[in-house]
Amino acid sequence: MNLHEYQAKQLFREYDISVSEGLSASSSQEAEKIALSLNVDKWVVKAQVHAGGRGKSGGVEVVDSIEKVKAFADKWLGKNLVTFQTDEKGQPVNQILIETVTNIDKELYLGAVIDRASQRLVVMASTEGGVNIEEVAEQTPDKIYKAEIDPIQGPNQLQAEKLAICMNLNEVQTSQFIDIFKGLVRLFIDKDLSLVEVNPLVITSSGDLICLDAKINVDSNALYRQEQILELRDPSQEDPREASAAEWDLSYVALEGNIGCMVNGAGLAMGTMDIIKLHGGEPANFLDVGGTADSKRVAEAFKIILSDENVNTVLINIFGGIVRCDVIADGIVEALTVMGVSVPVIVRLEGNSAQKGLKILDECELNIIPASNLEEAASLAVKASNGDIT
Amino acid sequence: MSILINESTKVICQGFTGGQATQHCIQCIDYGTQLVGGVTPGKGGQIHLDLPVFNSVKEAVDATGASASIIFVPAKFCKSSILEAAESGISLIVCITEGIPTIDMLEVKLRCDQLGARLIGPNCPGIITPGKAKMGIMPGDIHLPGKVGIISRSGTLTYEAVKQTTDLGFGQTSCVGIGGDPIPGTSFIDVLDLFEKDNSTEAIVMVGEIGGTAEEAAAEFIQSNVTKPVVSYIAGVTAPPGKRMGHAGAIIAGGKGTAEDKFKALEAAGVYTVKSPAEIGKGIAEATGW
Repeated sequence: MNLHEYQAKQLFREYDISVSEGLSASSSQEAEKIALSLNVDKWVVKAQVHAGGRGKSGGVEVVDSIEKVKAFADKWLGKNLVTFQTDEKGQPVNQILIETVTNIDKELYLGAVIDRASQRLVVMASTEGGVNIEEVAEQTPDKIYKAEIDPIQGPNQLQAEKLAICMNLNEVQTSQFIDIFKGLVRLFIDKDLSLVEVNPLVITSSGDLICLDAKINVDSNALYRQEQILELRDPSQEDPREASAAEWDLSYVALEGNIGCMVNGAGLAMGTMDIIKLHGGEPANFLDVGGTADSKRVAEAFKIILSDENVNTVLINIFGGIVRCDVIADGIVEALTVMGVSVPVIVRLEGNSAQKGLKILDECELNIIPASNLEEAASLAVKASNGDIT
Repeated sequence: MSILINESTKVICQGFTGGQATQHCIQCIDYGTQLVGGVTPGKGGQIHLDLPVFNSVKEAVDATGASASIIFVPAKFCKSSILEAAESGISLIVCITEGIPTIDMLEVKLRCDQLGARLIGPNCPGIITPGKAKMGIMPGDIHLPGKVGIISRSGTLTYEAVKQTTDLGFGQTSCVGIGGDPIPGTSFIDVLDLFEKDNSTEAIVMVGEIGGTAEEAAAEFIQSNVTKPVVSYIAGVTAPPGKRMGHAGAIIAGGKGTAEDKFKALEAAGVYTVKSPAEIGKGIAEATGW
């Protein structure tokens, strides 16, 4: 789950991590009020969406009058911002962040992620801030300094001091950096984050360290124990189909093709997409119905798949381990009967109770095309999507 | 021969009296697993599936001599359950549960390593030695005792590899689902090493997926340490970047972790790769000449 910049900065404040002064607004009147309360004559105004590349798309501006603050709010609130990270429709802007302007002397980078290779929480710092950090990592990896956090001991002062030396910070900045470092690690662990990124972390013209941007991703597995974070969820930034799938514990990702897929298990779901492509077809989605799928969830999965109007064929691929194929078959029959599905449905059932499941499908008199293995299922689905089978 | 478990491995189940655990424990017992009891705090002294229930892993180990445990408890209790098993002298822990917070796993993995306990999973189908014993949720009847060792990050893709090697008559020595999470207890390399040293394993199937660099690390290991033929399929060639594909670990971040990169690394290490999940069995036949 992602947070907005203004939400991330609010969390930073709670952990005494220094950020610019500012607040978010959902109307131009509110924006005006916030701008006035900051008591300055120049502001940074930032559209709040779950995507990067906002600056290059006009979603971030420096303005020097209250009128311009209001104009920015009027221009963006209720509209969609398109950046290189969004799709062509963009993401809706429901909040803008109004902040004081910071005079920058130098831009640095600070981030923290779970590093799978070392199996540690790793804090990364770099002197190359304000640019694409992936490029820095690729081209000049020696300019990224890392500290691995011991999962039992936690962060220590020495690690922070070492990073500060690498970034050539002076004494005052080093002490500020140690606070930011410790706060960031505490925040990461307390709130079950999967990524936090400050790009840029800046040295101001008066020589102080301050976080100008803030990006936070939260580990979805931990949301059950993160009530505060759950309240920050913004469904308007999520794909509506993905969000409604999540409500039913289905994991769904929309794609561009026309073959809707319903599969049990994430690996097999990806494998099914791959084999469709190998046969010259295009998958319309990734959908894992999970290990405990029942007829209700199968019906919901159908609804979500068919809400994509590009879908002209459905491929159901179930290898029953935990999940029983006869239960899935009941769900398929129920869903098809209730919904009156008109597109061809190719079904491959294997494993736990597969024979019982096939018998149910065989006896139901609906337009279901059985496949005896994965290869055949993919081949039939691609043919059907091309109109060669109806 | 086999790896990790056989018919004489004494196994307990944590979360024993729950619905999922009960269903799968019955299947494990039917398959031949020596299940000797289970743990459900507060239900110690009861009998479940004709086996004793204990309040703690320590009591279960003391009473039964179990060396292995299969865990079905809900995600929020997994950290303490896994640590309890490791601290009670269990040397093989299989955690089926999906959805454990990654922050919990960082500590769990480190503590298991320090205590010398091998953790398989979490978020995995478990392990099976066909014809002997299983600790997991895989359907037993698709397996065949034989000569291929199977390792996979995905549950249902493991079944796919199993079925194809069974249909071709090759069979399996053991199959290990290491799970789809970012911090797995056991890595590809750990299992590749076990299969390389197992005399009855003649070829290895490794099923990977997008995300992380575990397959690249495995490729490096295979190049210098594995003499047996390895066939590999990586799921997710068609996955879009930045999206989590079901498994918490299956995400392409910043251009890293793509299926193409993984195929390339494996091919450079002499691994026989297949691009379709339906061609794993065929791949084994071609790589071994069987």
